[in-house]
Amino acid sequence: MKSFISFFKKEVLEGLRSGKLTILGILFLMFGIMNPAIAKLTPWMLEMFSESLAESGMTVTDVTVTALTSWTQFFKNIPMALIAFVLIYSGIFTREYDSGTLVLILTKGLSRYKTVLAKASLMLILWTLGYWFCFAVTYAYNAYFWDNSIAVGLMHAVLNWWLFGLWVISLTVLFSVLFKNYSGVLLGTGVCVLLVYLLSFLPDAKDYTPTSLMNSAALLVGAEKAEIYVKSIVTTVLTAILAITSSIFIFNKKQL
Amino acid sequence: MDILRISNLQKSFGDKNVLDGLDLTVSEKSIFGFIGKNGAGKTTTMKIVLGLMKADAGDIFVADRRVCYGQTPTNKLIGYLPDVPEFYSFMTAREYLTLCGESLEMPKKEINERSSELLTLVGLSEENHRIKGYSRGMKQRLGIAQALLHRPKLLICDEPTSALDPVGRKELLDILVAAKEETTVLFSTHILSDVERICTNVAFLNEGKIAMQGTVENLKSIKRSEEFLIEAAAPEGAKLIAEKFGSAQIKENNSIILSGDEKRVFEILSFISCEKIPVNKFEKIEPSLESLFMEVISK
Repeated sequence: MKSFISFFKKEVLEGLRSGKLTILGILFLMFGIMNPAIAKLTPWMLEMFSESLAESGMTVTDVTVTALTSWTQFFKNIPMALIAFVLIYSGIFTREYDSGTLVLILTKGLSRYKTVLAKASLMLILWTLGYWFCFAVTYAYNAYFWDNSIAVGLMHAVLNWWLFGLWVISLTVLFSVLFKNYSGVLLGTGVCVLLVYLLSFLPDAKDYTPTSLMNSAALLVGAEKAEIYVKSIVTTVLTAILAITSSIFIFNKKQL
Repeated sequence: MDILRISNLQKSFGDKNVLDGLDLTVSEKSIFGFIGKNGAGKTTTMKIVLGLMKADAGDIFVADRRVCYGQTPTNKLIGYLPDVPEFYSFMTAREYLTLCGESLEMPKKEINERSSELLTLVGLSEENHRIKGYSRGMKQRLGIAQALLHRPKLLICDEPTSALDPVGRKELLDILVAAKEETTVLFSTHILSDVERICTNVAFLNEGKIAMQGTVENLKSIKRSEEFLIEAAAPEGAKLIAEKFGSAQIKENNSIILSGDEKRVFEILSFISCEKIPVNKFEKIEPSLESLFMEVISK
């Protein structure tokens, strides 16, 4: 356990000293502020364009902005935050393969599975902290400007999206032990998500795919019931666990 | 006791046979020089011993415990210094040693004491900067410190001196000699002067096998055809001797190297005195590891 904690501490220290944690902090804060800011600015922007819109035959009437507008923005923006997160952490393993820094630590007797678990848990924890920080910022602004109670299925929706993020990160871990460079990791993760997304167009598969969790914004206004996502949640959790476990087995046999 | 036993080790990359039935034993408390050309398979052998690479066939035992690939518990008995050690550059030397110590599950107190001791030994105790700014020599010395942290029974160094300047090299060799007090050192190299300076035993690796193995004295004293260097005062003299004794190889103008036994020496000497050839030097060439190595790899 001591060696696991020690390696985990090393990962945190690396994040701090390389500035990655600061970047992530700023990123999630920015996305958190952006959601209510865009919502707040919408009427003003429409007014700005009203003249040119009128010329093309559209009339702008009074636009009412609520917390829902801001939450809709949240679900539009969070995919970008996830992509940025994966980009920043796509090199978490491959950089170590390149530089050969893992070799010395592994020859010290550190178990390989602990390396995988330490890196995976760091990413999962950082995503969790960043995501909920972003959520908290948006929530606070929304509560100040409007009323959050209008978004009835808010908790279910954000939980679903958080889980989807964890699933993508577990795929990143899997592709990090499979590939030697970060472009492979990005490509692997991207293609895998895309394939699952395409799969979700099949009516039979739709209810089971992790990517359908991305549509959770529909829960906000109560247009859908949270229960319909149960099957997706189960497959998401199971495949994420499977991805991490297979990463450990693959990494145990990996030539460094 | 043998600290390391390798028997019939085989490894090939594609159709290239790098190790072809390598057998090697390293006994305790020795400094073992593992010599071979570039690409002879020295690093491959070491990586297999460390469980970083999978062997095609063969057995390896470190302190009588079998080495397995992947998860390698025997690594706790080994200290390893790669040819170009890479550290986490955002850490300081002390932080790095702490990480190593904790990876080895050493008690905190011992990590602190041992780190101070080793950083003093390698001359990095005053260094508070991050590893990012270290020179190659400093990295190599930190490499030794991390390798010795847990008082390993076997210290494996992969060409530790090849990238260093003469000062750095001497310092590193001195550290290895100091390390001999508590551990066995196996180091690969192709710099034979380093071997002659500090090694007690050597093995020559050639074409995937150990071509020769023994103590440095034993190997040097193996009676091979002895060689003599004769430096004549004038080129004509050297030419005369060379013509008379056919096997001579001419070096520069006035010097020739002849090989043969004692009888031949007297023949040469009497020839020189009969012909009254002025000679500046007549010298028996001491057998060196270099000549031995050349002989081994040219077989």
